[in-house]
Amino acid sequence: MSISVQHVTKRFGDFVALDDVSLEVASGSLTALLGPSGSGKSTLLRVIAGLERGDSGTVGIADEDMTGRSPQDRGVGFVFQHYAAFKHMTVHDNIAFGLKIRKQSRAAIDKRVNELLALVQLEGLAKRYPAQLSGGQRQRMGLARALAVDPKVLLLDEPFGALDARVRTELRAWLRRLHDETHTTTVIVTHDQEEALEVADEVVVMNRGHIEQIAPPRELYDHPANEFVMSFVGSANRFGDGWVRPHDVEVTLDPGEETREALVQRVVHVGFEVRAELVRDDGVALNVQLGRDEAERLELAEGQIVWVRPTRETVFATQSG
Amino acid sequence: MPRGFVRTTALGYLLIVLVGPLSMLFWRVYAEGLGKAWTALSDPDTVHAFKVTVILAGIAVPLNTIFGVICGLAIVRKRFPGKGIVNAFVDLPLALSPVVVGLALYLLYGRTGWFGPWFTSHHIQILFSLPAMLLATVFVSVPFVAREVVPTLREIGDEQEQAARTLGASGWQTFWRVTLPSIRWAVIYGVVLTTARCLGEYGAVAVVSGMIQGRTETATLRVQEEYENLNQAGAYGISLALAGIAIVVLVLMTVLRPKEAAA
Repeated sequence: MSISVQHVTKRFGDFVALDDVSLEVASGSLTALLGPSGSGKSTLLRVIAGLERGDSGTVGIADEDMTGRSPQDRGVGFVFQHYAAFKHMTVHDNIAFGLKIRKQSRAAIDKRVNELLALVQLEGLAKRYPAQLSGGQRQRMGLARALAVDPKVLLLDEPFGALDARVRTELRAWLRRLHDETHTTTVIVTHDQEEALEVADEVVVMNRGHIEQIAPPRELYDHPANEFVMSFVGSANRFGDGWVRPHDVEVTLDPGEETREALVQRVVHVGFEVRAELVRDDGVALNVQLGRDEAERLELAEGQIVWVRPTRETVFATQSG
Repeated sequence: MPRGFVRTTALGYLLIVLVGPLSMLFWRVYAEGLGKAWTALSDPDTVHAFKVTVILAGIAVPLNTIFGVICGLAIVRKRFPGKGIVNAFVDLPLALSPVVVGLALYLLYGRTGWFGPWFTSHHIQILFSLPAMLLATVFVSVPFVAREVVPTLREIGDEQEQAARTLGASGWQTFWRVTLPSIRWAVIYGVVLTTARCLGEYGAVAVVSGMIQGRTETATLRVQEEYENLNQAGAYGISLALAGIAIVVLVLMTVLRPKEAAA
């Protein structure tokens, strides 16, 4: 079901966490709120859930005004970065919590819990306590607990932030599959641009309490709205008045048209990809990304002199990023 | 540090400071004769003194448990003006000499105090009777539950409570199903400390009770009374009974406390 945030402002003392933010989330979509820490993305999610109250503005879920409602009446599922598992309850009782509050029959609860245990692949662990689970298992339990009450929308606050890289990647793919099966409107907060680009249909880039751009992942990367989005989503080099992605720089051993001289300072091999740090003759630092084959052909090494030329440059209308 | 230094020091210190005096108590009761101790314990005034102690603890402990949990929640979870004052006042009884507490109550409810004349004109006896003793007992045992609950509430944070709210729980449901079970061991430990303080209080209660035999004497006051009356066997017997209660409570705590909570 859709979410509609209109002109929400939220201050913590002198700090403006959200500055007149408006956002529409389409029903059934998976939207990522992406931004650096302090950008207001978590606050926005908590305002949607009712865990924080906006100083002004309105929040609607499924065409219903929720602005004054407490979190218990909003019908949202919320997943916390540090799991917020009920430590004194078993996995079964954690997942059953919302159903027990809704006074469902014991049989109905057991049936639903078993379905969810299967969905999040925790069968056989129902009698364990959260302390006996790994981080990834705890977060899947958190998801099952949030899904148990058939929430109108699912809100995830940096859900994989406390997990190690491998588990994070696994759970990310798993969340995407889960969403494709259930089609619950989902909003995920993350500071990890790779996570946002990989998992979401629509990415909302936030900075200093503002929304900088709302776009599907590919458009965000190829057509960033401004310098902030350009530099925050994917890495980018400043090139005179414009910006260049590290893979949009052509490196040659001989000078040509529009090329500039640069010194190779560092070469790093990351699997099939080679990253090089260059310094142009005018002192500007440049990050370049090449395929392994190309790097080998160039015999790229530290201390080497090469010529560089941007193949695709983005210039923004004059404005401060 | 040499090997075993920490262990030896800890054990030795406890032996000298705690176990020594308690063993002496056991030894003297035995030496004076168990019969004499039993006679003193079954004396109607002594039985009455234990009853008074149980009544005082029976009211003060639940009262300060409820108040302590509310205070802990206020200190950790709420923001309000004057919170610092609440935090400081909860500790006040720990810093204040019990005799001073007794004296303050004596002055407040005495003939020239703020509340004394009103109660006297309504024929309600406060001083030298149970109400004043209860006020003194409640005063000195205020801090213990709150002091145990506060660090535990800080440690568990409020995310579990927020999760409960998003899952549809009301404030009350969240408290009973999530907050209270999470802090239960802190509460129980606080209750044990509160009980111990109530059983053992001497100074504050002594000042306001008048120490009337068979009427306003608690078991602890009775020990002093018997000792002054040169009935040493009686004093030892009652002391031993009080020590016995304390030991039973501690053992129960240790047995009941689950392994996971101890870690």
